[in-house]
Amino acid sequence: MIEVNSRKVEWVENETIVQLLKRMKYTFPLVVVKINAKVVPRKDFSKTIIPDDSKVAVIHMISGG
Amino acid sequence: MNKQKIEKIKEKLRNSSIGIAGLGGLGSNAAVTLARTGLGRLVLVDYDVVEKSNLNRQYYFLDQVGMKKTDALKENITRINPDVIVETHDLKLIKGAMDGFFKDVDVVIEALDNAEIKTAFIEEIMLKHPDKPIVGASGVAGYGHSDRVQTIKSGNLYMCYDEHARSSDDDVLMAPRVCLMANWEANLAIEILLGEDK
Repeated sequence: MIEVNSRKVEWVENETIVQLLKRMKYTFPLVVVKINAKVVPRKDFSKTIIPDDSKVAVIHMISGG
Repeated sequence: MNKQKIEKIKEKLRNSSIGIAGLGGLGSNAAVTLARTGLGRLVLVDYDVVEKSNLNRQYYFLDQVGMKKTDALKENITRINPDVIVETHDLKLIKGAMDGFFKDVDVVIEALDNAEIKTAFIEEIMLKHPDKPIVGASGVAGYGHSDRVQTIKSGNLYMCYDEHARSSDDDVLMAPRVCLMANWEANLAIEILLGEDK
């Protein structure tokens, strides 16, 4: 099990951030992702594997300021 | 009134510094509200000039149109509280070198407009300075729906956040909601500096 934005989600072996975002149906073009409180650079989303029991935060960045 | 508490807050704020990236609707309003608290030092970064179209939400005046935002905001802050040390940098933040001016501030406020730059800035500060508290905002556009705004905390990242808001490319930017978010960011920064108000 992993937690994504406080929601319990099944853990999938060898799943990357890109795959997780797709599985969660997150279609936001821009997100900040943290795994266990550590930020993952966007360029590493396709090669970063999510370990079991992780806490994942996905923050959607929306234009405006 | 608790005089001791007031004095303690004053002293803490006088010795504190906050850096703000972007001096548009979020940054200009957050800076002014922070100056009013008696903060010791503000580091303000923006490359833009004041345009007439900014005046519907940003803390500038009609006679400042054409001025550098850094100069105009410094002028406005000084008129409110001349004791704040205002350090300005009139330049564009470039990916890979975005953190330079914020190394020695206590809290960083992300107040940029474009989602891609916001993401890059937050990522860079968190990667290079994992111990630095950073306050960001996402979902500023539109009006109403104040109750949808919430604080999302993840480690040292504090987001003032409305995940249901539309992009400003597709929705209006209006003073009430922009100022709500700007002050939400400022309020979070104050809370980080002072600790929870108990």
